[in-house]
Amino acid sequence: MTEWFQSLIGHGLGWFVATLILILMISLPLMLAVAMVIYGDRKIWAAMALRRGPNVVGPFGVLQSFADGLKVFLQEVIIPSAANKGLFLIAPIITFTVAQLAWAVIPFGKHMVLANINVGLLYILAISSIGVYGIIIAGWASNSKYPFYSAMRAAAQMVSYEVSIGFVLVTVVLWSGTFNLSGIVEAQRAHVFGIINGFGFNPLLFPMAVVFLISAMAETGRAPFDLTEAESELVAGYQTEYSSMVFALYWLGEYANVLLMCALNAVLFWGGWLPPIDWAPLYHIPGIVWLFIKVLAFFFVFSWVKATVPRYRYDQLMRLGWKIFLPLSLFWVFLVSGYLMITRYGV
Amino acid sequence: MIQLIAFYLFAVMVVGSAALTIFARNPVHSVLWLILAFFNAAGLMLLAGAEFIAMLLIIVYVGAVAVLFLFVVMMLDIDFAELRSGFARYAPLGVLLIVVLAAEMIFAVGAWSAGSLALSQRIAPTPDEIPNIQALGTLIYTRYLFIFEAAGLVLLVAMIGAIVLTHRARGGVRVQNVWQQNKRRPQDAVRNINQPVGQGVEL
Repeated sequence: MTEWFQSLIGHGLGWFVATLILILMISLPLMLAVAMVIYGDRKIWAAMALRRGPNVVGPFGVLQSFADGLKVFLQEVIIPSAANKGLFLIAPIITFTVAQLAWAVIPFGKHMVLANINVGLLYILAISSIGVYGIIIAGWASNSKYPFYSAMRAAAQMVSYEVSIGFVLVTVVLWSGTFNLSGIVEAQRAHVFGIINGFGFNPLLFPMAVVFLISAMAETGRAPFDLTEAESELVAGYQTEYSSMVFALYWLGEYANVLLMCALNAVLFWGGWLPPIDWAPLYHIPGIVWLFIKVLAFFFVFSWVKATVPRYRYDQLMRLGWKIFLPLSLFWVFLVSGYLMITRYGV
Repeated sequence: MIQLIAFYLFAVMVVGSAALTIFARNPVHSVLWLILAFFNAAGLMLLAGAEFIAMLLIIVYVGAVAVLFLFVVMMLDIDFAELRSGFARYAPLGVLLIVVLAAEMIFAVGAWSAGSLALSQRIAPTPDEIPNIQALGTLIYTRYLFIFEAAGLVLLVAMIGAIVLTHRARGGVRVQNVWQQNKRRPQDAVRNINQPVGQGVEL
């Protein structure tokens, strides 16, 4: 498409227009997916609690998220008089924007990636580390006690779990030999026994897939690690002072982040857009379908955990991050690099 | 063209936000401007073709160092009037620092462009087909392996030193024994009884 536009309206401008369209092609369906996923999350949660969940707007309540969106859009934005007005409004924009930024490097198919950059994985780490600012700034700018506590919790929690996520990613990078996400997906082709696609099926990498899944839950602040918005202690956490559309931006950003983590799980450990088995007929199904199936499966796991596991205590959360995941993933980096050294270089 | 625009955008933002870091009245705003400066510096690195350094700058400085920095500054109770009162007293020292820094920069640029160091010895940009990370990795882990490991050792010692200096064991603090908590089972804590009506429960 880029070439077509470039032939039409010149090199630079064509590239610009084509990229703009591609960005919209990712972010608009993403927002639609987020709306549907919020509905799905509520339905799954309701089903596990033997409730009906949203069932009024549209058939089976599928339009509930859109109704909610319309409602918050028409509401008044209330800015607390003691709040730091500029930062108060910038914070949700940061969260919302950053949640979409990382999707630029996710490969949806063999050549379906917006930015096929060499440092894709580092880019994702960088973007996800910026995400915490939306929460910290909100907590501080609200000038209220509970949001501030929540911001402190969020900062400590995300920094802690990013450390172990970093080491998990190192094991994946060691095995695939590249930071490029498309390259990582390609490296998983026929990975186990020459027929199964995906690092997660490799017994040496499977524990890291589990660590990554749990760390992803902590990183996105989902239950059971949703201490930043623990309603029994902190009212609504950092969102307490937010209302209407600015609140909805947090909501959308949060779910976009959850979807991103599901997609990362799929791309890094379960073969991304590759079918699970390296068998020719399965390749007739487009890669994007396989990716969607995997992302939705992981989203179901996220909802499932949210519906069943009670919230962690804060010291338990920190203990899990620093005393269990960090040594474990560090040891695994050592183990994987040792194994690769012996098998590939024979030392 | 677009590169030029991007360069001037990032450069102006770096300088502007660095200036605002100093001039902001609120320390939290100061740190936020500093973060913006880091971010735009990463953009400049990207333009220079050092994508690995750019990402590292964001991950390390924006993602970790600045978060902890912000953490501390938010918690502090700073009296601004008191901070500003020392301005005249510290001004000569500040001017001295500025002069030294400026002189050093002029010397460095002068020495660089005087050409006493042969052009061939300057680090050449990596060829296009080798990614940044690979080029850096080969250099660090083969040619400069021992220096690199020594640097790591220095950091390790610094880390241990920081922990030893700040850690103090307080006596008489109740801490949770996680192993004991996890070992606890319902039957250790709960007793099901079927007590007839009208009789008390023996505790």
